[in-house]
Amino acid sequence: MASLTLRGVRKSFGTVEVIKGIDLDVASGEFVVFVGPSGCGKSTLLRLVAGLEDVTSGTIAIDGEVVNHLPPAQRGLAMVFQSYALYPHMTVYDNMAFGLKIGGDRKADIDRRVRDAAEILEITPFLDRLPRQLSGGQRQRVAIGRAIVRNPRVFLFDEPLSNLDAALRVTMRIEIAKLHESMAGTTIIYVIHDQVEAMTLADRIALLNAGRVEQVGTPMELYQTPANLFVARFIGSPAMNTVPCVIESAAVGTKVRPQGGNSVAVAAAIPGEAAGSEGIFGVRPEDLKLTTESDAIFAGRINIVEKLGEVTMIYITTGDEPIVAKLRGDVGAKKGDNVGLTAPLECLHVFDHEGTAFPRTLG
Amino acid sequence: MIAKLVRGAAFYALVSVIVVVAVFPFYYAILTSLKSGTALFEVDYWPKALSLANYVSVLTTGTFLRNLGNSLLIATVVVALSLLLGVTAAYSLSRIRFRGRGLLLITILSVSMFPQIAVLAGLFELIRALGIYNTPPALIFAYMIFTLPFTVWVLTTFMRDLPVEIEEAAIIDGATPWIIVSKVFLPLMWPALVTTGLLAFIAAWNEFLFALTFTSSSTQRTVPVAIALFGGAGQFEIPWGNIMAASVIVTVPLVVLVLVFQRKIVAGLTGGGVKG
Repeated sequence: MASLTLRGVRKSFGTVEVIKGIDLDVASGEFVVFVGPSGCGKSTLLRLVAGLEDVTSGTIAIDGEVVNHLPPAQRGLAMVFQSYALYPHMTVYDNMAFGLKIGGDRKADIDRRVRDAAEILEITPFLDRLPRQLSGGQRQRVAIGRAIVRNPRVFLFDEPLSNLDAALRVTMRIEIAKLHESMAGTTIIYVIHDQVEAMTLADRIALLNAGRVEQVGTPMELYQTPANLFVARFIGSPAMNTVPCVIESAAVGTKVRPQGGNSVAVAAAIPGEAAGSEGIFGVRPEDLKLTTESDAIFAGRINIVEKLGEVTMIYITTGDEPIVAKLRGDVGAKKGDNVGLTAPLECLHVFDHEGTAFPRTLG
Repeated sequence: MIAKLVRGAAFYALVSVIVVVAVFPFYYAILTSLKSGTALFEVDYWPKALSLANYVSVLTTGTFLRNLGNSLLIATVVVALSLLLGVTAAYSLSRIRFRGRGLLLITILSVSMFPQIAVLAGLFELIRALGIYNTPPALIFAYMIFTLPFTVWVLTTFMRDLPVEIEEAAIIDGATPWIIVSKVFLPLMWPALVTTGLLAFIAAWNEFLFALTFTSSSTQRTVPVAIALFGGAGQFEIPWGNIMAASVIVTVPLVVLVLVFQRKIVAGLTGGGVKG
């Protein structure tokens, strides 16, 4: 229903700049996740959108209308807080109706909207209870219900599942995904520090680091074509293997030699003048596989074997950095074995010495 | 075994000493108030003959009822105004970031450091200038000097501990600061409101010096002053019976208030709003 546009958004607290110029377009009906390490500014950015903080400079527009100076309630959005933030002295019903009552809606209208939302979230039996009589999951549903009844143009979620236990989190995650589908056209901004949640929920992910957007794209874009080293290391678990490399030939027939490894052809558009310079070579643990042929990129002795059932992790040391491989099933490798590891051409990443990825030359 | 008994006995002996010290003066006042005539001057520790003559005399002669009304009015208005100003001030002092907030808080606290006698003369001039001398507003105004600092401080501390998210949720819901204070914070602050309200009430109810200074006619006095100025039949007679009866009457409202609100003081109301 509503698009969201950020242009050059900056925010300083005193002399500390927390948000350092962010441009972002969120299309109507899109589910965008802000993800990043602690202190990257993702929650602050959400609070700026909500209007709980004022921007230092830049503009925030909803549906093309600049909302910088509108108070939160007039921006047409709703927010779900990490700590639920329910009104402790009000029943579930009153919690959900509070905003509507302030807005001066008709009583019958309020009642219908509250009951509809309660129905969707399956909290109808609890409408007369106080928050303290509910479990964590139920409280979070009430918090979501309070947001739904406002019929917002933009939904803001601030780490809504962080306080729930692991099992409940998975259930609620699926419910939020369903909720997004059922509310066609509602734009959702969702802040989370857990990359798994980000990958599963998002239409697009905005990965933030130190107050800047590192990359915006679909989860698979971030996974397959990270724009820089930070993105490459943040997305995926265990993190991508990154080792220094020498760019042996560029422009045509691009080849790099990773430290402690063998020279390998890569599908990266490296300008000719970069030949001979230093770069960084990256490959995801799950893309590596064992090889006995001469195509091994890395070869070495296995230091550690971790058998997790569905996968086996092996750690080998070739140069200064240990290389991790995540192999499907039980591969039967033992500690002390000498093995070779290789990966397909399309799974190899090359970054320049500043960490920016060279563009890919494959699809 | 014996050591245990001794320790238990010592404990209860200490408790009874404390209780006797705390309660005996009041008990003796009740006892005296129920005596009449020359029995007043005999030292008894148990009531012998009960007479309500002193109560009747206090309530029917003179201006005592009027004084009681004055006290009630003044203390109630002081509590109401202190809580209203205290809550609104606490909101801005605990939730709004502005320059000099810490200094302002210290200043408010420092107001309560001056002894009453130090501000008496200046306050007298101020009250004369405002034209409220010898009226209840004079006392209400003066009492706020000592009720506001601790009301503001206690409420500010309490409000600072209320979760910020609840307030932010209310802001998103479109609540104005006044709605946040009245609909969201006030219901959560009952324990603090009751405690500070009671303290303010007791302070205003018992106050003597200002009440003595800022009133001149017997109909404008509050009870502590009225009791102190009770005159006997003759110049050298102190009407102990009446004084004791009046003292007992004056104490009752406080005891009732504390009993009514003690549950509220204990009860915590914030459970379940945020995580935990």
